Amino acid sequence: MSALPSHARVVVIGAGIVGNSLAYHLARLGWRDIVLLDKGRLPSPGGSTGHASNFIYLTDHSREMTNLTVDSVHQYQELGVFTRSGGLEVARTDERMQELHRRMSSARSWGIDAELVSPTQAKAMVPYLNSDILLGAFSQPGIGVVDSLRAGTIMRERAQEMGALTISAQTEVLGLDVVDGRIRTVRTDKGDTQAEVVVVACGVWSPRIAAMAGAAIPLTPAVHQMISVGPVPLFAGTQGEIEYPIVRDMDTNMYERQHGGDLEVGSYAHRAILMDPDDIPSIAAAALSPTELPFTEEDFELQYEQALELVPDILGDERVGIRHSINGLLSLTPDGMPILGETPEVKGLWACAAVWIKEAPGIAKMVAEWMTDGQPEIDPHGSDVARFHPHQTARAHVRARSAEGFNKTYGIVHPSEQWESNRNVRLSPFYEREKALGAMFFETAGWERPMWYAANEPLIAEFGDRVAQRTAEWESRWWSPIISAEHLAMRERVGICDLSAFVIFDVTGPGALANVQEMAVAQLDVAVGKVVYTPLLNEAGGIKSDLTIMRLTRDHFRVVTGGAHGMGDKKWFRDHLPADGSAQVTDHTSTYTTLGIWGPRSRDVLSAATADDVSNDGFPFGTCRTIEVGGIPVLASRISYVGELGWELYVPMEQGVRLWDTLWDAGRAHGIIAFGIGVYGTTGRLEKGYRAHGAELDLEFTLVEADMLRPRVKEQEFIGKAAFLEQRANPPVARLCTLTVDDHTSSTGEKRYMLGREPILTLEGEPLVDAKGRRSFVTSAGAGPSVGKHLLLSYLPPEQAVAGTRLLVEYLGERYPVTVAVVGSTPLFDPENARVRA
Amino acid sequence: MNILVCVKRVPVTGGRISVTADGQEIDTRFLGFTVSPHEECAAEEAVRIVEKHGGTSTVLTLGPEVAIEQLRDLLAIGVNRAVLLETDGREWDATSTATAIVDLVRARADAGEPFDLLLFGNEAADTGDFQVGIRVAMALNLPCVVGAKAIEVRDGSIAVQRDAGGGREIYEVALPAVVATKEGINLPRYPSVPGRLRAKKQEVERIEVAAGGAGEAGVGGPDPAKVALTVPVTDSTTAEILGHGPEAAPRVVELLQKIGVLSR
Repeated sequence: MSALPSHARVVVIGAGIVGNSLAYHLARLGWRDIVLLDKGRLPSPGGSTGHASNFIYLTDHSREMTNLTVDSVHQYQELGVFTRSGGLEVARTDERMQELHRRMSSARSWGIDAELVSPTQAKAMVPYLNSDILLGAFSQPGIGVVDSLRAGTIMRERAQEMGALTISAQTEVLGLDVVDGRIRTVRTDKGDTQAEVVVVACGVWSPRIAAMAGAAIPLTPAVHQMISVGPVPLFAGTQGEIEYPIVRDMDTNMYERQHGGDLEVGSYAHRAILMDPDDIPSIAAAALSPTELPFTEEDFELQYEQALELVPDILGDERVGIRHSINGLLSLTPDGMPILGETPEVKGLWACAAVWIKEAPGIAKMVAEWMTDGQPEIDPHGSDVARFHPHQTARAHVRARSAEGFNKTYGIVHPSEQWESNRNVRLSPFYEREKALGAMFFETAGWERPMWYAANEPLIAEFGDRVAQRTAEWESRWWSPIISAEHLAMRERVGICDLSAFVIFDVTGPGALANVQEMAVAQLDVAVGKVVYTPLLNEAGGIKSDLTIMRLTRDHFRVVTGGAHGMGDKKWFRDHLPADGSAQVTDHTSTYTTLGIWGPRSRDVLSAATADDVSNDGFPFGTCRTIEVGGIPVLASRISYVGELGWELYVPMEQGVRLWDTLWDAGRAHGIIAFGIGVYGTTGRLEKGYRAHGAELDLEFTLVEADMLRPRVKEQEFIGKAAFLEQRANPPVARLCTLTVDDHTSSTGEKRYMLGREPILTLEGEPLVDAKGRRSFVTSAGAGPSVGKHLLLSYLPPEQAVAGTRLLVEYLGERYPVTVAVVGSTPLFDPENARVRA
Repeated sequence: MNILVCVKRVPVTGGRISVTADGQEIDTRFLGFTVSPHEECAAEEAVRIVEKHGGTSTVLTLGPEVAIEQLRDLLAIGVNRAVLLETDGREWDATSTATAIVDLVRARADAGEPFDLLLFGNEAADTGDFQVGIRVAMALNLPCVVGAKAIEVRDGSIAVQRDAGGGREIYEVALPAVVATKEGINLPRYPSVPGRLRAKKQEVERIEVAAGGAGEAGVGGPDPAKVALTVPVTDSTTAEILGHGPEAAPRVVELLQKIGVLSR
């Protein structure tokens, strides 16, 4: 052990699997003067790594998490600490079998070797299973176990061999000093170290450490119960740690895995047992370790019975004893994703927390890349610490959502599934009006947004067969045919849509233009009153975000972006503000509410409510200005995400109801309706081929591939320009296409409708893989009521990205014929874009 | 044979023990609970004797409702019955505890279900006062062997072994008798999953008891009163790695010289 140096380039706090991996990857990327601290002794300092069950399942419905896991497996293999065992997820119910088909689709989409097997086949692999209670199993041969402590030791040693790392164990952090918003000093019981960068990789203790600097890492320690039984006669003579595949008993939220002569049985089924980081015992006071708490027998009672049902041959054997039982602590977050990246509160203070063994080395590599040059290979936006809105860092929110998510660890989670806890946090001014119309509220970023309105049910009859009905339960869940009816009414007449969840911030000051120019691909040196839709890139040319910017005055730009990613966007702008203070970013999300009005009669409605000129000449597409509507000044912006004539209308929150009522009254004569986000976010968007960040757009795809190019590249510099120019100079290896489903009929004769993330296959059933190794999958799916088709967006390799190409989509175990309808961004509906310019 | 095993719920320690602010109790916020290793062995011994010779084993504890957890732990390894002498949670001293046990043993005898063998752990893991078994034996006028390392069942009697210097003392004791076992008498089994499930369903007999009446029971004089608990100061130890491989040798030699193992 070396002494603590007085200066460091970076201090990594926490020497679990995350901190060790990160120290190694930083060293590998050329960082020197790295200090790794831990309060405990090495190699097992007392955090969650020390008691992890250390097995790795590969397939997750999240592409980001799957890719990080696969990368981690490669790293563990290279370190020589990975033992391949194979693994099963078993189904006891029909509903679970459907879910296993869905997992099979995800495996195919992300390129994981997997198959569905019968109960008999499952028993052949794992002879101690009671196959009588099973309907089938999802088998992934690449699953295995790792020695995460050994991995950590090797990575520390490698970083030391590079001369990059100083390790200081048994060193307790007492404080983090921040000067002018930037991390400066780590104060410890072994002395102080000045550091340019500090990473909080403290697992369950992360909130406490981050709080020392005034930053939030909203996770909660939670109990995961595990018992270890043995000696198992069948395992006598086992060479090494594991010979039989690991089993996840999905329906009971449990797992059973061999560990030498023992079988470990773990559970995510018990009540959520959350702790406060400050209540975790100290290393000295803990009987085993701070994160191995006394087993609470009463919470495991049902689990004994359920595990006994599945593995009676082992657990029913009276000679096999329960040798070890713990309540192990792990980290839960309110949305189930890790917490990574530079904190929005403190420059130079990074979070790397809520990470599981299975993905830790991959995440460490990604974060190290991100710290080095801002260009991670895998897009981290879903895990970005900057994603949290203030209310999402509140203790009550973290605990409520973490508790709700815990029992879904192995759950069947619908892609549109809504949280039940801590709702009604952010209500738009239109909320009471919406409730009166029978709104079905979905939540985004805490906002309650109508997805559709029960009051619009009569429209279904009006539009008859043009409204596709769904009979299958899965795709009818969290969905209504009213969405399609609202869509058609909006396209034929006019509708208003609550867009209050937008994140809105202003960039102001003499340096504002320079700042927005640097951020945006599009030209922002435009006339005052222009609205510009633009992507943002990172230096590597990956798509960071897409949003709209209004130029309100010469030195005043208003940025409007989505609620889900808006906080990250705001940080991105803030990070690039000029050092001389000549521009500022000010958040106005809670100042202004937004109401969209679209449809061919929207001008008629607006004209009836304003004396200002809203004609096509007087108020052309792509412009914005303040008009008076119903006696209140309204910032109107003529753009559309649904492909219709119309405006986004911005007013102060307290005047929102006035605006709603004014438009509602003016619209009666024109058949106005309120329509939900189901139209705005899916049906209207997909018919127009509009891309969405997080679905089509992320760091792993380019604007060339997404076909979002303008004829010319602006002269001014912007982030990612060099990479972008290079992308444009080469033919794309994948192109985003719109596909239509030709036949929805399943083998049972029921019509089925894809929901997104499904694999696209050749007619022979082979996956499509582009030259960058990416498989083709459905990035977005939804009805296109005006074109009478179910629409899928997918990046396809050039050979398949040809209009008319026939392919297959796999959905819940069956394959359906699809056709490439459009290559690139040309919309299927109104390809001339005449309607928005009407 | 009808065997009673008496156990006490105690915190599992392993880390640094801390004491509550009033100095009267161990702070158990982060601690699990168990019985002392001697008592675990007593329960295992009872299960083995019944397995081999027939009869019934009963585990008894005196404590609050939560002590049922320890009774179930021992039901799970095969003890047949469980009795909780239920208190209001306050700590009882050895005389009061012995009194309550004596009352129960007498009541069972009066009901025609006398115990043949009363097993105790040699001493409690927390208070370590070596009192209760002896006081019970005295009150009931039964023979008593402490520190038992082996029990052999004979016809109407038992032979009990205990360590004595380098050898063993062997006592032949007529039944009924009191024996306090010591860790090492056997290796207690772990509970199996079926054992756990059985234990969960088994009934625990709960008898409310109140402290007092020691004089009548004949368990001896009163306990000294507890004034306070303090955590003794222990020398902290440190480990230092002297080096790896042959390069470490000079420093090892230096150290051995320093502590006088090698002469300079």
